[in-house]
Amino acid sequence: MATNDAAPKLYAAQEPIFPKRVKGPFRNFKWALMIFALGIYYITPWIRWDRGPSLPDQAVLVDMANRRFFFFWIEIWPHEFYFVAGLLIMAGLGLFLFTSALGRVWCGYACPQTVWTDLFYTVERWIEGDRNARLRLWKAKWDFHKWRLRVTKWIVWMLIAVATGGAWVFYFADAPTLLRDLLTGEAAFVAYATVGFLTATTFIFGGFAREQICIYACPWPRIQAAMMDEHTITVAYRDWRGEPRGKGKKRREMAEAAIASSRLAGPTIRGTEPGATSAPEVEAPGDCIDCMACVNVCPMGIDIRDGQQMECITCALCIDACDEIMEKVGKPRGLIDYLALTDETNERAGNTKVPVMRHILRPRTLIYTAMWSAIGIGLVVALFIRSEIDLTVAQVRNPQFVTLSDGSVRNTYDIRIRNMTAGDATFRIGLTSEEVLRVDLEGSQDLMVEVPADETLLQRVYVIARPEDQASGQERTDFRFWVEAFGTEERAYQDTTFFGRGPQ
Amino acid sequence: MTDQNNPSNLQPDDPDTTGHTWDGIQEFNNPLPRWWLWCFYLTIIWGVAYTVLYPAWPGISGATAGILGYSTRAEVSEEIERFDALNADLRTQLTEVELASVNREDSPELYNFALQAGSATFANWCSQCHGAGAAGVQAAGYPNLLDDDWLWGGTLEEIQATIAHGIRNEEDPDTRWSEMTAFEGILSDEEISHVVNHVLSISGQEADATLASAGDGVFLDNCAACHGDAGMGDRFLGAPNLTDAIWLYGGSAEAIEETVRHSRFGVMPGWSGRLSEAEVNATALYVHSLGGGE
Repeated sequence: MATNDAAPKLYAAQEPIFPKRVKGPFRNFKWALMIFALGIYYITPWIRWDRGPSLPDQAVLVDMANRRFFFFWIEIWPHEFYFVAGLLIMAGLGLFLFTSALGRVWCGYACPQTVWTDLFYTVERWIEGDRNARLRLWKAKWDFHKWRLRVTKWIVWMLIAVATGGAWVFYFADAPTLLRDLLTGEAAFVAYATVGFLTATTFIFGGFAREQICIYACPWPRIQAAMMDEHTITVAYRDWRGEPRGKGKKRREMAEAAIASSRLAGPTIRGTEPGATSAPEVEAPGDCIDCMACVNVCPMGIDIRDGQQMECITCALCIDACDEIMEKVGKPRGLIDYLALTDETNERAGNTKVPVMRHILRPRTLIYTAMWSAIGIGLVVALFIRSEIDLTVAQVRNPQFVTLSDGSVRNTYDIRIRNMTAGDATFRIGLTSEEVLRVDLEGSQDLMVEVPADETLLQRVYVIARPEDQASGQERTDFRFWVEAFGTEERAYQDTTFFGRGPQ
Repeated sequence: MTDQNNPSNLQPDDPDTTGHTWDGIQEFNNPLPRWWLWCFYLTIIWGVAYTVLYPAWPGISGATAGILGYSTRAEVSEEIERFDALNADLRTQLTEVELASVNREDSPELYNFALQAGSATFANWCSQCHGAGAAGVQAAGYPNLLDDDWLWGGTLEEIQATIAHGIRNEEDPDTRWSEMTAFEGILSDEEISHVVNHVLSISGQEADATLASAGDGVFLDNCAACHGDAGMGDRFLGAPNLTDAIWLYGGSAEAIEETVRHSRFGVMPGWSGRLSEAEVNATALYVHSLGGGE
């Protein structure tokens, strides 16, 4: 335990981290994922999708000005916001699912902070060299050589950062037009401000803040820690196999001492419980040769052999690094591995390793999967059964009704008709009711209204009950407005109420 | 694996603890990252700079103006000017075209602009009497503008003229003017009772048939000059139709008698001096679109 004699430091400078290049299946997977994720991010706004002359031809477009969201063949209107709510619920359940099954897999593979930091490290390694070269450069004086490398690196980072901020705004406007406007200085201020802000955050977060974001700024690690249980897969060190660690001369001495001691006291059992370090036997060295490969590759600058810790984003690069060493020294792979908490007690007890899938497939994750899928299927069904025409009815209640000169009672309604089809359409407005009611449209002789493609129309509609009609003397009459697209079978309805004079 | 909950298992390189222990859980005394401190200083600099650049510190009768000279009020008036400039063309059109030609089919943009502008003008200047929903107030004699009954006519031109010049507006020679005679003292109580029953009967309400037929002559002699022989009214004179179901001051026997005895009429200001021609025209189009337009 550390002593409390010296006054504790209030502030600590950032420890520089120089992750070493690593090869292996997890690294390869991360490369593939990085190319995939960055590819989607940069290319998507440039995909074209023909929707006819009246609609934009960008496959993915968040059209704020016109309040539309386009995603390939899907077009979402503001009143269909429940799709966004559904996707958010799916994202929430997906977080439960992935975190309970695979721990901080999001942090290790898919988080933009991880992906861009990884990319920035790649650039750094490419320009300044691998770990040792970068360490030397860091300690070196600021001469021409250092300036040249540093400035080159910052320029490349800056280019990536500009491209990152630049790509973001293309999702909100026609990409080719916006690119031309951005380059010719004709784009809106908000576009430049967004590009500038995202450029700055990408440059600073990816190039300098890096692991500090994950450790100090991000709430995710804390939230995720609360969702993990003893079957959650995390990156861990098999200390019952690796300890006591040692290398070189020390390792040879340990081995010799152990052999000597075993001749006296018989075979030893490796991996005794913590605290029981005063075993009489001298232990044989564990598989860990203390080469520090796992520490050298860690982008978070931690030693995984200290146990699972808050800083670990489970990027699995230490697994690749350790496996490479284990193969070289002729030991089995997996000294550092994806493990669940139960694996420790299980393997210490001498049982065989439980397959990862056995940890992942358990009631909790299956229930999450079922819930997640149910919402997903629900959204897809909703997407297919949604009508392409729609109406909302707002009754004008000031006044509730108007008496006409012949004694008729008239109610007024503002009906908004949405034509979500790709073509102009003529709609017939009508109603069904148990009582006799007459419909009239403001500014129109008949009951037809034209709504242009992908637009809405607000139409004032009058409903009239003559003095001899039941509805004029009743307080309320429920009825149903119908809107029918002329020439097609598409129709939509909305229930509402007619206010009469009431019994007198 | 280390058991951080157990003090005996703290590692040599672990930071100090704060000395706080809850159920055996101790709190590390980790130092704050230094960049966090710099961010804190940055926010202070930002805060100071902001109060210098923008209105901030309150005084007795105002606040410091800030060296950028920004104010939300100025921003709003800039916005208003910007939109006024954008709408200048539509506003000019509203004064030049024939109002009847402004409709959804032929000039949707102008029509939409007129309704929005008219609605705003109505809410500002007309709703005090006619109500926000334009339903009027019967008890006070403010006409309902939604129905199909008009004292002075419900075409666009007639509505426009009423808005522009007002009713019994002494400042405007072009105003609408009519006054009903107060018949108390001119007609006897009996005659008044007869004519009230006559009016009740021609408007389809319950009336004493004998008294009503006795009122025929009284009506023809005294009322028909303005309201017409059949009581259908005369828009040219602003005389209301007495045969329909709409009553400005109420259609009960008491209300009618009160009107006959003491006469009733309201006034409305003319708006041509206060509102621009475009605003008057827009308001006419708006009122015309409320359901009673002819």
